[in-house]
Amino acid sequence: MCGIIGLHLRDESLEDQLGHLAADMLEAMTDRGPDSSGIAIYDSEGQGRIKYSLRAPAVGFDWAALGDRLSAEVRQIGQDAVLVSADGSVDFLSALGAVAPDVTVVSWGEALEVFKDVGSPAEICDRYQIRFRSGYQAIGHTRMATESAVTTEHSHPFSPVADLCFVHNGSFSNYFSVRRDLEGEGVVFETDNDTEVGARLVALEMARGADLGDALAVLMKKMDGFYTLLVSTRDQFAVVRDPFSCKPAVVAETPQYVAMASEYRALAGLPGIDEADVFEPMPQEIHLWSR
Amino acid sequence: MVTLSCAELSTREINQELRALPDGSEVLITEPRGRHSLAVGLNNRIRITIDGNAGYYIGGLCDGPDVIVNGFVGWGVGENLMAGTIRVRGNASESAGASAHGGLIAIEGDASLRTGISLKGGTIVVAGNVGAMSGFMAQAGTMLVGGNAGEALGDSLYEAVIYVAGRVGALGSDARVEELTASDVLRVKELVEATGFDHIEPENVKRVASAKQLYNFDAVKAHSY
Repeated sequence: MCGIIGLHLRDESLEDQLGHLAADMLEAMTDRGPDSSGIAIYDSEGQGRIKYSLRAPAVGFDWAALGDRLSAEVRQIGQDAVLVSADGSVDFLSALGAVAPDVTVVSWGEALEVFKDVGSPAEICDRYQIRFRSGYQAIGHTRMATESAVTTEHSHPFSPVADLCFVHNGSFSNYFSVRRDLEGEGVVFETDNDTEVGARLVALEMARGADLGDALAVLMKKMDGFYTLLVSTRDQFAVVRDPFSCKPAVVAETPQYVAMASEYRALAGLPGIDEADVFEPMPQEIHLWSR
Repeated sequence: MVTLSCAELSTREINQELRALPDGSEVLITEPRGRHSLAVGLNNRIRITIDGNAGYYIGGLCDGPDVIVNGFVGWGVGENLMAGTIRVRGNASESAGASAHGGLIAIEGDASLRTGISLKGGTIVVAGNVGAMSGFMAQAGTMLVGGNAGEALGDSLYEAVIYVAGRVGALGSDARVEELTASDVLRVKELVEATGFDHIEPENVKRVASAKQLYNFDAVKAHSY
């Protein structure tokens, strides 16, 4: 079991409340996934620069010094930090790898920041000050591990390329064979997690020109197992379920937002929920919303 | 009328309060906000109204009460129901009435995938549509669908019977449409009267039941593999 939540705002007046609403949703899914949790926030504050969500290799890591060396703006959050740079991601990531090889890159992109770790949603939201965050889109996950170890690296969301965020409730059964195929095409993996395979498959398809919907159609064809997926890019938000749909999903749509969660409990506190169109995505349907 | 608020009480507290009520009591449960396992495992003859959208397993394992939900419900409404009634004013999510042994579950909206999975003698009446794989391995009891049924309806059915007023997306393995008899019409009529879902015409439903080809292992067929 795992829990998923997502909130894709249509009404800018709600953007100041994004973190607060998303944290409430995530905490409502605590008992679906108490071992690890993660949340992704999309906002427009990078103003065209690229944000890197980085995790410290050890307590007391000197982020200011790293920021100076890389000429990046530093926003430290607890022990970890988001660095903002005007450089291209290829140059920045190789410079980062050279000067601070122990720092983990959790995500990067013009809009996306990802925070995840072992621990309850309340702990993670508190540590990364999620309730104070504004933005236009949030994706969250609470994990009850089945396929691989309980570590920060194995927790969701997975974000293998700029601004892509992928969360999963379920388990892929043929992920090792799909992974072998992807490795044959030069894809490099960081963990032995099944969800990372799905995320990298979608990333590869999109790098080859597929849009998100097409990439998810490829995933449904290639990957076997149980899944409810919530996948987002800078401007899109998509939900799919496997042919048996043994993992739940509920969507609520209003003129102000599209919200998705594993269970309605996570949606019940959203503004205007009583007037929302609440429905369950059916097996193999690709539901996709764009900004 | 007793009122219990989900904003103030835990699920366990609510169920304990319900359990302690004498037969004939009327209860209103407020602010459910998707709460799971409300009104489960009760043996008393009480009338419970859940005022809003509720979560999983509403009314499950009950043997007596009448439960009304003024909203939609999550997975497994009336799971393993023994006796009593459950009426949902909205839609029901997956596995409504799973393995219900008795009682009546009436859904005014649609019910999702696997409605009546492993039904064991209960009755499920859905005014709207049911999703794919409904009636899967249903052993005994009756399902009546006022709308359409999804794919793989009645897959691996045993002795349960499914009536469908609308279209059947596709029959599952070993399910077949059989001729409607006078006693079938009478049974559907009773269910229409009991639920008030009078858009269903008892003479115009399809009867789906087991072809019983999976009941016994066919030793000769094994050679064809």
